[in-house]
Amino acid sequence: MTEEASSTKQRYTDIDDLEPLEEIIERYRGEKGALIPLLQDAQETYGYLDENIMRELARGSGYQMSQVYGVATFYTQFRLEPIGEHLIRVCHGTACHVAGAELITEEISNILGIKDGETTEDRKFTMESVMCVGACSLSPIMIIDSDTHGKLKPSNVRKVLKKYRGGGKEEEK
Amino acid sequence: MSGEAKTKLVLGYGTCGIAAGAAAVKEALEKELATEKYPADLDIAGCMGFCYREPIVEFVEKDGSSVVYGDLTAKKIPELLESHLLRGEIVEDWVVWRSDDPSFGEGDFTVNQHRIVLRHCGNLNPESMDEYVSVGGYEAARKALTYMTPEDVIDEVSKSGLRGRGGAGFPTGTKWGFARKARGDEKYLICNADEGDPGAFMDRSVLEGDPHAVIEGMIIAGYAIGARQGYIYCRAEYPLALRRLEIAIEACREKGFLGKSIFGTEWDFDIKIKKGAGAFVCGEETAMIASIEGKRGMPRPRPPFPANEGLWGKPTNINNVETLANIPWIVENGGDEYASIGTEKSKGTKVFCLAGKIERCGLAEVPMGYTLRQVIFDVGGGVREGRDFKAVQMGGPSGGCLPESLLDTLVDYEAITSTGAIMGSGGMIVADSTTCMVDLARYFLTFTQEESCGKCVPCRLGTKRMLEILTRICEGEGEPEDLEKLEILAEDIKNSSLCALGGTAPNPVLTTLKYFREEYEDHIFHKKCPAGVCPALITLHIDPEKCTGCGACAKVCPVEAISGEKKEPHEIDPETCICCKLCLSRCPEEAIYAE
Repeated sequence: MTEEASSTKQRYTDIDDLEPLEEIIERYRGEKGALIPLLQDAQETYGYLDENIMRELARGSGYQMSQVYGVATFYTQFRLEPIGEHLIRVCHGTACHVAGAELITEEISNILGIKDGETTEDRKFTMESVMCVGACSLSPIMIIDSDTHGKLKPSNVRKVLKKYRGGGKEEEK
Repeated sequence: MSGEAKTKLVLGYGTCGIAAGAAAVKEALEKELATEKYPADLDIAGCMGFCYREPIVEFVEKDGSSVVYGDLTAKKIPELLESHLLRGEIVEDWVVWRSDDPSFGEGDFTVNQHRIVLRHCGNLNPESMDEYVSVGGYEAARKALTYMTPEDVIDEVSKSGLRGRGGAGFPTGTKWGFARKARGDEKYLICNADEGDPGAFMDRSVLEGDPHAVIEGMIIAGYAIGARQGYIYCRAEYPLALRRLEIAIEACREKGFLGKSIFGTEWDFDIKIKKGAGAFVCGEETAMIASIEGKRGMPRPRPPFPANEGLWGKPTNINNVETLANIPWIVENGGDEYASIGTEKSKGTKVFCLAGKIERCGLAEVPMGYTLRQVIFDVGGGVREGRDFKAVQMGGPSGGCLPESLLDTLVDYEAITSTGAIMGSGGMIVADSTTCMVDLARYFLTFTQEESCGKCVPCRLGTKRMLEILTRICEGEGEPEDLEKLEILAEDIKNSSLCALGGTAPNPVLTTLKYFREEYEDHIFHKKCPAGVCPALITLHIDPEKCTGCGACAKVCPVEAISGEKKEPHEIDPETCICCKLCLSRCPEEAIYAE
């Protein structure tokens, strides 16, 4: 396991450790319609849902694997791939769109060399577009982890990203 | 500071405030107040509506008079406290609003509003049951459960003329009547807090600023229709709203306002929160029900309507957050009082989120019957940077774009629908001359196409085809017959989609085709984007008169299309340039322009 991946590990349980999943399944035992909260809790624990997690969840809670996979792929909240250490969410709500959100995505793309939905090779950053975070007065906006950065201009994107770079020097495109 | 009259400092602490830096301001305030130099206490509240001036602190005196300061930073706090609290001098430069001179500063924003739904937002600490109770909170629920029959409550709501604020505008009293009459001993109430329209944040603001009003509305609604279990289906993307709801629900259980035998009556009612998982279509009633049942959120044909066959097959009533937040006021003040506000068919008030190229971006509540012009110019302060107004987009992806000539349309369900737009949930995005209407239509179609659940063919394939045509037009490949094709597709999708998502998805295209047709024609026939937005239809130039040769543009160009000697005017090679416009945003001299 690489060094970068281990820092992601601090936040999330190792995907192969199924013990917390048993707890989650017990939490909702007997509750009607609990599949979505089951998946939400599992994702909160592991950071994402892989096939093994979904199979175990199906087995333990009595759902069909097809139901579990169907729900996990229907809702945008669920990820089937691990994300980088920092999640960059660029708002593309209407207010941000007319304020130039496209340019923000493009600038991040230029700096990090990743497209929408991708993760940098060193697993430091994942970038994704989201629809309206509801802070339109600050458009255009991006949220990195849980910090909001508003009234962005392409010219100050690099400075914002720098704060999340941490110690390791990074090859820039 | 015992004995002295204390000033209450109320910090706007909603998502918008926190995003603008309210957390740092809070820390600074706490630090200063800990010195005990100042005769003041700190309290938090939800969004006051002045999102464009966040972070905001209101100084409320014992006699009720107040001054609101905006654009605050942690650095400004010591000076502000010292001046206002110790020297008694108001720092005029930072004032947003003051009660002793309502026309000062942003006065128009406030005086032109009529607040019912937002009456506590920004005034009360949303995490405090005591504060809500101190202004008469839960008295309406107590009154309804103790002195009124369910039929009385429904009559009162019918009399008020309240209509569903989620967008469709169905009369709430009638809807409740259906659920009341539906057969079954088990019924459910759902609060729709799955606010998904991009550019709409009023439900979030209400939930963050006054969660108790929504819960009280639900208690009354549950009693009226005969539901003992309520659900709040709220977007997982609203963590603060979810947390404040949880706190409020817990406080209600402690007080005996939720649970068994509430308010000392024989009525039981409780509320569960269901977190949405990110699907726009779940705002549709039957899709939301499927989602709460733990399934993929796909709509189903109606009838049977949820009022008869809803959650777990039982009679179910679904109301939007804003609708429910009106209910306590109506029960307290009477339906007639509510109906005295508004137009013949649209009663009461409507909350709008003002965003886009508008001067005052924020949250405003106006009486029905105002004109759009009053909302945008008198309340919203008009277009930013003195640019010309071009269009207002109402109702998000289901709504439409209206031009200047329709600004005298009234805020009224029927009046707005007759223009081709819809009242919608309350998003109002202002566009100016730098917004391309074809691009905006394409933006909404991208959204609906992505969010289409895929169950019915017209929506799944139709929106995709429309998007392809719009993309082609924006990329300069538009064909003369494209406009007609769009119109035919739009009508077919509208008429044959299973649910409202598909049924309204063409609205942004139809309204822009109707009111901004010449812009489509410019794209197709003249291969020009008049707003200078669509990359394939513009070329970027550097004005040699303005260019100082600083080289900032060349540095950011991802394709190395810009060249020039240091301190000499630079040039863009049109062959290499991909018109990403990064250089344009970077130029300190504004020497780069699109044509």
